[in-house]
Parts: sequence; C-alpha cells; structure tokens
Amino acid sequence: MTTTAALPQIGSVKRSYKPGEGPFTPARILAFIALAVMALVWLLPFVWAVATSLKTETDAASGRLTLIGSEGISFAAFDTVLSEGNVYIWAWNSFWTSAVITFLTVAISALAAYAFSRMQFRGRATVFFAVIASIIVPPQVLIIPLYYQMLAFNMVDTYWGLILPQVVMAPIVFILKKFFDAVPIELEDAARVDGAGRLRVFWSVVLPLSKPILGAVSIFVFIQAWNNFLWPFIIINDTLLMTLPVGLQTVISAYGVAYAQVMAQAVLAALPLIVVFLFFQRQIVQGVATTGFGGK
Amino acid sequence: MTTTEKTDRLDEKAPPGTGIAQVGERAARRKERLVAWAFLAPFMIAFLMFVVWPMLHGAWLSFTDQSLAGSGGNFVGLDNYAEAFTDSTMWGAIRNTVWFTIISTVPLVLFAMVMALLVNTGLPGQWLWRLSFFMPFLLASTVISQIWAWIFNPEIGAANAVLSAVGLEPLAWLQTPHLDLISITIATVWWTVGFNFLLYLAALQNIPESQYEAAAVDGAGRWRQLWSITIPQLLPVTGVIFILQILASLKLFDQAYQMLGGISSDTSRPIVQYIFEAGFVGYRFGYAASISYVFFALIVVVGVIQMGILNRRKGQR
Repeated sequence: MTTTAALPQIGSVKRSYKPGEGPFTPARILAFIALAVMALVWLLPFVWAVATSLKTETDAASGRLTLIGSEGISFAAFDTVLSEGNVYIWAWNSFWTSAVITFLTVAISALAAYAFSRMQFRGRATVFFAVIASIIVPPQVLIIPLYYQMLAFNMVDTYWGLILPQVVMAPIVFILKKFFDAVPIELEDAARVDGAGRLRVFWSVVLPLSKPILGAVSIFVFIQAWNNFLWPFIIINDTLLMTLPVGLQTVISAYGVAYAQVMAQAVLAALPLIVVFLFFQRQIVQGVATTGFGGK
Repeated sequence: MTTTEKTDRLDEKAPPGTGIAQVGERAARRKERLVAWAFLAPFMIAFLMFVVWPMLHGAWLSFTDQSLAGSGGNFVGLDNYAEAFTDSTMWGAIRNTVWFTIISTVPLVLFAMVMALLVNTGLPGQWLWRLSFFMPFLLASTVISQIWAWIFNPEIGAANAVLSAVGLEPLAWLQTPHLDLISITIATVWWTVGFNFLLYLAALQNIPESQYEAAAVDGAGRWRQLWSITIPQLLPVTGVIFILQILASLKLFDQAYQMLGGISSDTSRPIVQYIFEAGFVGYRFGYAASISYVFFALIVVVGVIQMGILNRRKGQR
C-alpha cells in the first residue's frame, strides 16, 4: 500500500532545505510573503465572523471593520443563541447520528471490502464493479425515490430515516479493499493454520493491522455526516430531531438581521470540528489524501 | 497516487485458500462461498435498498405523474421528458450549473496547486498554513453560507467595506443577476480549496527527493526543477483533481440555496435546486425524477468525456 505508507509524513512534514538553498534567499522570502498573504485572506472571514459574534448587535450592524466593538467584547450574542435551548439538542443529534453513521458505514464497508479482497465466490468481479460504478451516481438523483421509500417505511421524520440511507459509501469499500489487498497474506495464513475461522482472522489479525486506515476513514465519514445538509434537510421536519446544520438554517430567518447572533451560531457550529481537527490533524489530512473522494 | 492503479484490478487467481488443507476441497469451497456472502450481506443489503432500488424506482417514477402524497402515479410515458426538454427553467438551471462548474473549477485547481507548492517549500509555520487553507473545508455549508451571506451583505458586509476602503462603488453581491453566482463561486473557492490543496500536498511529498538532488547536481536551478520535475509529476493528480472537482461543482446546491435564502433566480438556480423545487415545493415527484435523470445523464456524459481524455493522455506517455 504505497500511498498510505507514504502519507503519514504529511502530518508532520519538516522538509529539509534542498541542496544549495539557504533559509533566507530572496526567493524564499518572496514565497513566504505570498504564503502569508494567501493564509491571511483565508483566515480573515473566520476572524471577522468571530469578531462579529463578540460584538453587540448595534456594533455588528454598524458595518465598521473593527475587530472589537465600541462596547468592548460582548457575549450577549452567545448568551442569546445558547439560551434558545435547541442548539444543544441539535448538536447532540448531530453528534450521535454522525457517530452511528460512521460506525455502521465503516463496519459494513470493512466486512464487504475484506470479502472482495480475500474471498473466492462467483460474481465477485461483477458485484465489485457494480459497487464501484455507483460512485458516479449523484446522491441528488436518489433523493426523490429515497424519500418515497422512507414514506413507505414510515421513516420520514425519524432518526433511522436520517441514518440508514447515509451508510452506503462505495468509495470507502474501495479504499479499504485496496488496503486489505496490501496486507501480507502470510499473516492470515499463520492464524488459519492454527484453526481460526475467517471472522476470527478478520477480527484479530486484519482489523488491528488496519487501525490507521480505519481511523482515517472514520474521521472522514464523520465529518461528511456531520456536515451533510441536503438529506437531513429533506427527511427531518421535527425541530427536535434536527441536526445542527439543518437546525441552524431554520433559525436564521428567525434572527433576521441579528448578525452578531448569526455569527455566534456559526462559530458554535464550527467549533466542534475545529477542535476535532486540531486533535486529529494528521489522520484527517491523511484521510483526505488517501480517500480523495467526497469533494463537496 | 499513480502507484495504486496496478492494484485496482480484481485478481481472480488470488489464492486466499492456499493455507487450508486440500481435504474435502468441495465442501471447503462451498463454505468459503457462504462465508463470503455473509461478509458481504450487510453492505449489499444496504446497497440494494438505498442505491440500486431507488435508482430503479426513480427511473420508473420519471415515467409517471406521481405527486408527493401518493396521488397520481399513472404511467405517462415520455411526457415528463418531453416537458423537461422544452422547459426553459431547466435549461437555465443546467446553464447556470455548467457556468458555475467552469468558473469554480479553474481557481479551485490553480489556487490549490499554488498553495501546495508554496507550503511544500518547507517554510516555517507548516501547521498554520495547513490550518488556514484546510479549515474552511471542515465547516458545514450552513456555517459558510452564514459567514459569506454576511460578508456580501450590501449595507454592513465586509466585502463592500473593503471596496469602499479602496475607493470603489459598493455592489449588491447576492442581489444582482449573474453577480450572485460569482459571489457564490468566491465563497465556494474559499470553502473547498483546502481539499484539493491536501491532495496536491500529498502528491508533492510523494515525489522522491533523489530526483531533485540529481537535478541539482546537474546544475538545475529552482525554477528549472519546478518546470522539469515538479509540474510534470503533478499531472496525474491534476487529472484526478479535475474530475473530482467538476463532478463536485456540478452538484452545487447547499451553499447557493442557503446564501440566497432559498430564493432562486433564473441566473443563479442550479439544477439540483430545480430538482428539489419540482419535487418538494411543486410536489411533482415524477417530473422531479425525470429532471434528475437528465442531470444524471449530464454527469455520465461529463464523466465519460473526462475518462476518455485522461486515458488518451496516459496512452501517449
């Protein structure tokens, strides 16, 4: 598995200077300035959002580009948003449904990928091809019939209706299969000679070896599920069952032009994933680089 | 990334059972088959239920006059498709989507490449650069839509504050026909460029250091190395990024819907939004299904063309 093996360095890259290159050449200084300008442009919207969330509504509505409002730092917007109560419920809904989606997706994908990678059965190539070909089907095409199906199952406005259609992710099967293909077969053979069955080998030999890729893939699925908008937006109408992105969308109009509150809400919704990113930077970077799928 | 292609194929002769003794081979193979299907079952059941069946059912719906609440459902033949092909709103939505795909893909690929090249020079502050460029990608569309709707607010938004600071006229970013889609593009580039950036960064770090060393020994300078080693080595991943980006851009919905407050105009409505409106606002499931199949056809055509281009380029090398 050359790609995954080469990737872990990304998280802790410290490329040594190339030969004949000092740390302070004019070219490097220019590159540094270019990088700093781009990074600043990318960070500014965040900085503005956070700054605005810490202003009073009057200040926020003034449109002045100051970082701190005329009345100093104010937590009024956060107080208002948090006291609505629903934010906690939505955050919890988002968290646990994303966790369940992640678990189910990775579990069923890993089992299938292992079968595709290691087992003999008729139609293997065909079935695998069908699964991979489904990557090209835009989820939007399935939305109408899926909704209809959920109506038939009585799953509209339920957690199951939210969760189940999100657990089929063909790219994950593809990635895991490629990883399993690269695991040396000798490791499994040793266990099988000792009389271990397939499930036993899978559980105690293959899965422990796959921890890095499982971690990367899990974080990636979790982020996707946490941020998914269209399906939760369609399937959930009950305010108390909503996920954070959908819930927040519904209250924007309620806040009207209360920009400090809207920004406080945006900051609150962004915080969990930013914390996750800071903790799991390496795995996330690796996950994106390995998966290469799931672009928005 | 190129190294993975060799392992893609299913090797029919893979010998997973070689460790088992040959006694009772038939029974063993039967068991093997059963075990294999047991491993596959959970995924395949979900796959059949939530991908294959909806696809088939959607195709059927597209030939009916099904409404949301279960009424209708009569077979109407090609009526929906005939209507779609003369529906100027649908063609407008396709035009908007294609236009957005063009104007978003180019900067999303170029910026990502420049960012990765700059970060890969090993300048200090690596975690900060990665954080700045990638963090927006982690945010939900709701969050980025709120931030950018506010930046583009004509009265109090930061965008106009910047314009007036440099002496330019303020703009109604999201309220002006045609400009609205460009504003959405700006927000989208900011939001998603970090993903392509990481793919480029991974590709850059897979280029063996020895190639640069050899080139340096031969007297190649930094620019020479960039043009003769780095850029050619990035071509395969650029192809992949282009495909993923175009397919992603064609699916525009979340940020457009939310930044414009759910109000669609003929110069900004993407095709996915039109599917949504036809189905969940207009309650015409059958018609919405037929539009989504037109959209699917568009994606398949684009995908096939891209694959063709990519394969031809590979064949030439």
